[in-house]
Amino acid sequence: MPELKYYAAVQQALAEELRRDPSTILLGEDIGAPGGIYAETRGLQDEFGAERVLDVPAGELGFLGAAVGCALTGLRPIVEISFADFFPVCMDQLVNQAAKVRYMSGGQASVPLTVVSFGGGGLNAGPQHSGTYEAWLGSMPGLKVVTPATPGDVKGLLKSAIRDDDPVIVLLHKGLLQMREDVPDDGDRTLPLGRAEIRRPGEHVTLVAWSGGVRRALSAADDLAARGIEAEVVDLRSIQPLDVATVVDSVCRTHRLVVVQETIGFSGIGAEVVAEVTRQAFDYLDAPIERVAPPFTPVPFSPPLERFHLPEPADIARCAEELVTT
Amino acid sequence: MSAGSSSATALDGARLDLALALHEQMVRIRRFEERVAELFAAGELPGFVHLSIGQESVAVGVIDLLRESDYITATHRGHGHIIAKGARFHPMIAELMGRATGYCRGKGGSMHIFDVGLGVLGANGILGAGQPIAVGAAFSARLQGRDDVAVTFFGEGASAQGAVHEAMNLAAVWRAPVVFVAEVNGFAELTPYDVHVPIPSLAARGAAYGIPATVVDGLDVLAVRDAAEGCIARAREGGGPSLLEVRTLRWHGHYEGDPQRYRDPAELARRADVDPIAHLVLALREAGVPDDRIASAAERADADLDVAVATARADPLPAPEDALDHVYATPIEPRR
Repeated sequence: MPELKYYAAVQQALAEELRRDPSTILLGEDIGAPGGIYAETRGLQDEFGAERVLDVPAGELGFLGAAVGCALTGLRPIVEISFADFFPVCMDQLVNQAAKVRYMSGGQASVPLTVVSFGGGGLNAGPQHSGTYEAWLGSMPGLKVVTPATPGDVKGLLKSAIRDDDPVIVLLHKGLLQMREDVPDDGDRTLPLGRAEIRRPGEHVTLVAWSGGVRRALSAADDLAARGIEAEVVDLRSIQPLDVATVVDSVCRTHRLVVVQETIGFSGIGAEVVAEVTRQAFDYLDAPIERVAPPFTPVPFSPPLERFHLPEPADIARCAEELVTT
Repeated sequence: MSAGSSSATALDGARLDLALALHEQMVRIRRFEERVAELFAAGELPGFVHLSIGQESVAVGVIDLLRESDYITATHRGHGHIIAKGARFHPMIAELMGRATGYCRGKGGSMHIFDVGLGVLGANGILGAGQPIAVGAAFSARLQGRDDVAVTFFGEGASAQGAVHEAMNLAAVWRAPVVFVAEVNGFAELTPYDVHVPIPSLAARGAAYGIPATVVDGLDVLAVRDAAEGCIARAREGGGPSLLEVRTLRWHGHYEGDPQRYRDPAELARRADVDPIAHLVLALREAGVPDDRIASAAERADADLDVAVATARADPLPAPEDALDHVYATPIEPRR
């Protein structure tokens, strides 16, 4: 199996789907001739032309809205929002238009739109270029939201998103761009939306994470293993819909749960996981559920501040160990 | 300007036939809106409605030039645009009544009527949302090798939205086959033009995007149509976007039931002088069209409305659990 980097998996998935379906188009800032600010669209305009791979003027509200118009009239647009922090700029077209059109038209209209964006901290990019917005976006009926944490998931989930007839947001993580993984070289391989994945089996405690949190949880699990504690790491992979059953199954085996997230805890995905696990697996729990999440602040710029903000593997391991040993 | 004073050229031949067709369409919209006002006052319509009485020449003058496969996006005051594009009365009335048989099965209401088959890509409850969507639809048609165009309606209220600027900019960059129709009716909701628009005419903004712009008086539906003809032909022939400003007047409040304390009674009294239907009727009379033939348009519209209203009244309401349908095209079942 060839090795693939996370950013290159984006390029490969886009290239394969643009090749496969002539109704797909790609639009965003700097994605054409420049090849994307993460090299994630390199070569695509050369292969598919400037009518299908379009550099658009800055103005996410306008070009996302235009993509909605394309999706309503026979195309399958893929839009790149280069930083997830730019979602607030285009929320009307995403939330009031793309997400609601099918519903408010009584099922007449479909919006087969894919939005690819890059979020996450850890790169000292500052408060307006480090955010993660899965909790906002995942709470909007009509949108589907996935958060690939590996190159293989990027490719499989992005391809499924493009083929899906609903608006799907693919939230990628800037901190994972250089991550490598062996990925099958198979253009037909897709991953189903809405399915979590157990990244590491374990019997003593369940760590639930997604996106950049998965790498932190796996690192914490290594630390815990050195101390004789086997943590099971569940990667949610999909935020909307949320695969609660996989988490509940795991907790029923381990009896303990820590949710790891890079987004603030308040009204976050962890809160939703905790509510469902408490309801469905209350009798299986041997300890209170914990969340390891950033404090209620924007993501700061300076390296020590940002390190303080994001959950470190040592924080996660300490939290899990306390649950297991007390 | 008084009604009838600008009918410079006599109507005859094909021009007379055209005038009769436009009259028929404007009367259909007027009678529909008047019926909606009655139904609303009688408590038969939930929620709220925005009516376009007095503005019929804008929808009719522009949309008369469109084909079924062309696209429009309408406004929150969009009944007229949608009727002009060919929408049927019954599913519209049924939607306004919240019935299961409505255009949107009761999920949208007045501000969200779609008829995808007729190219109606939605009325919209958000000012400035339809313009980017229309630019995309226009671009999409061209990319797919069709010469369909998109027409997008917005008012001076929406002209303050950034999305309208972004849409015009993008349309100009793409040379998209789209016509922006600024339907200037004197108000943004409850606030008059002069309070929120700093220039006498929105058409001046076309130059900022390098797109041609025209202003026309909505009193004369034939003049509106003549002005729109160039815009639509330009779009269809690959000449790119344009901006058409139509000056009109909103007769009713922002919403039905709006007490309109903010309006000058003198302006309300002026409504009869700027009535595009009365203006056209004078011209039809001058051309020798008998009164009973002119009046028959309202009779036909009323007959259609009687059937639509009676049918919609007898139609079922949606089952409560129908509220769960149509969120997704392909719902993902939770893992058991």
